[in-house]
Amino acid sequence: MNRTLPRYLLLSAAVAGSLSLLALRPSAPAAVVADPNNAGLKLPAGFGALVVAETGGRARHLVVTPKGILYVKLNRPDKSGRGILKLTPNVGGKVTVAGGFGNYGGTGISLKDGYLYASSDEDVYRYKLDGNGEVTNPTAPEKIVTGLINRRQHESKSIVLDNAGNLYVNIGAYSNSCQEQDRQKGSMGQPNCPILEQAGGIWQFRADKPNQGYAEGTRYATGLRNVVGLDWNSQANQLFVMQHGRDQLHDIFPELYDTKQSAELPAECLYALTKGANAGWPYVYYDGQQRKLMQAPEYGGDGKKEATGNYLQPAAAYPAHTAPNALLFYTGTMFPEKYRHGAFIAFHGSWNRAPEPQKGYYVVFQPFKDGKPSGNWEVFADNFAGTPEKAAAGRPDHKPCGLAQGPDGSLYVSDDSKGTIYRIVYTQKKS
Amino acid sequence: MKRFFVLLAAVTLLHGAAVAQQKKPVAKKPAGKPATAMPAARLAAGKTVYTQNCLTCHMADGGGVEGMNPPLSKTTWVLGDKTRLVGVVLNGLQDQDIDGEPYRNVMPAQNQLTDQQIADVLTYVRNSFGNKASAVTPAEVKAARAANKK
Repeated sequence: MNRTLPRYLLLSAAVAGSLSLLALRPSAPAAVVADPNNAGLKLPAGFGALVVAETGGRARHLVVTPKGILYVKLNRPDKSGRGILKLTPNVGGKVTVAGGFGNYGGTGISLKDGYLYASSDEDVYRYKLDGNGEVTNPTAPEKIVTGLINRRQHESKSIVLDNAGNLYVNIGAYSNSCQEQDRQKGSMGQPNCPILEQAGGIWQFRADKPNQGYAEGTRYATGLRNVVGLDWNSQANQLFVMQHGRDQLHDIFPELYDTKQSAELPAECLYALTKGANAGWPYVYYDGQQRKLMQAPEYGGDGKKEATGNYLQPAAAYPAHTAPNALLFYTGTMFPEKYRHGAFIAFHGSWNRAPEPQKGYYVVFQPFKDGKPSGNWEVFADNFAGTPEKAAAGRPDHKPCGLAQGPDGSLYVSDDSKGTIYRIVYTQKKS
Repeated sequence: MKRFFVLLAAVTLLHGAAVAQQKKPVAKKPAGKPATAMPAARLAAGKTVYTQNCLTCHMADGGGVEGMNPPLSKTTWVLGDKTRLVGVVLNGLQDQDIDGEPYRNVMPAQNQLTDQQIADVLTYVRNSFGNKASAVTPAEVKAARAANKK
């Protein structure tokens, strides 16, 4: 009772407050209040953050509707069998779990033209939204894409839509580097890597056509080991993706790479795709220090040999193994001008940099100009790990996984470790 | 706290070994098998094998990586049947839930390791990361390897 009472009083006060606000300015949005410690995050000056919800689920990607409803895709259904959570606005800018549907785990979720799209690790579904952003057919979605390959490794099917009725789906390679024996020391690459026929790329489907399989889809871009973060850039009218680079150069080829090189190679890369693009996995990897495409050791490389073959150069590169799990082009007006049309990237954090310290667990900002990366990236939101020691040990408190932009320009970040949902806002008055 | 006791035990054993070595300077590496369970030398040798072959995926603290590489602390696979455990090292492992949790990465076979190395590393793993279980002997690895080939 001693806990409930103050909360009740607080709630009444808040309700009374918002009522009086409403009375004064009927269209005023509810005030968003940053947590006193900015939810433990380190942010640039002028920004604040709050935890809007603790879902307790493995919160992968998420979206926010124009009226502020959050739909969060869970990697596995919760105890009530819900693979998608619906959270509705509460006081102070927070949200409350108000239901859920979709009894399948997965990663991808996207909003487009009155539909909510969501993926399992094999299929893509879509749900019709009404004018309030409520799903009208939670138990009977249309199955848009079906039968995509899932062999556990790199199984998530991230999705995004363009402005011309197309749906893009990542199909990750079920392998590290297409070796004859996956991750086996010294095992060489399979000739003409057969995995690329049905995985290791981005597939394009129609957004409105049911039951499309591989036969109905187009392999839009290939040579991408695994993409989790992707977004459509409306300025460039182009798909951008973040690749998870290959692991374990030292473990597999200890005579060619020491543990330090293995921790820093290869860079995690941003690619600007066009139809037919080939980013070169598994034949090449990108050395972010030399800024060169290198031949993979499984395919004749020795750590020094530059790549042979005509492959797409990355548009930008980031520290190795930090696992970019979300990409979002910011189009809001809440944040200062420099952020507009730039990219936020959520780095889930590394595991295979040992014995070097682990790294990541942050959200990066990559400036863009005219639809192209322009200038150096910077860490925007840091300390999801809790402490530098937890980050270095690879034992973070939270792991950023999804990004979404709210109707007011807030940036939402999901964490698939504890299910925390963060909201980052600009609190300083703009002159 | 448990880790402290393991450490304490290791230090005590190490000290004992050092004292033993002082008494018998001739018998440098006891070719004669360690009668008692966990000599420090074997744990140290096991740690070396672990660092070179296992640490990247299972991590320095043996905690693994959620959803990708299984932990080695207090799982039935590590603490249970030794033949099955040796088999994991010899054959690798994939598509196998560990104590109800799925892990997506493939574990490659490590059959290039010698019987002694496998015995050392498994003894180390079974007595680190909060684990306390009996040693694995080279003879047990040899037997498992022979059975594995059939």
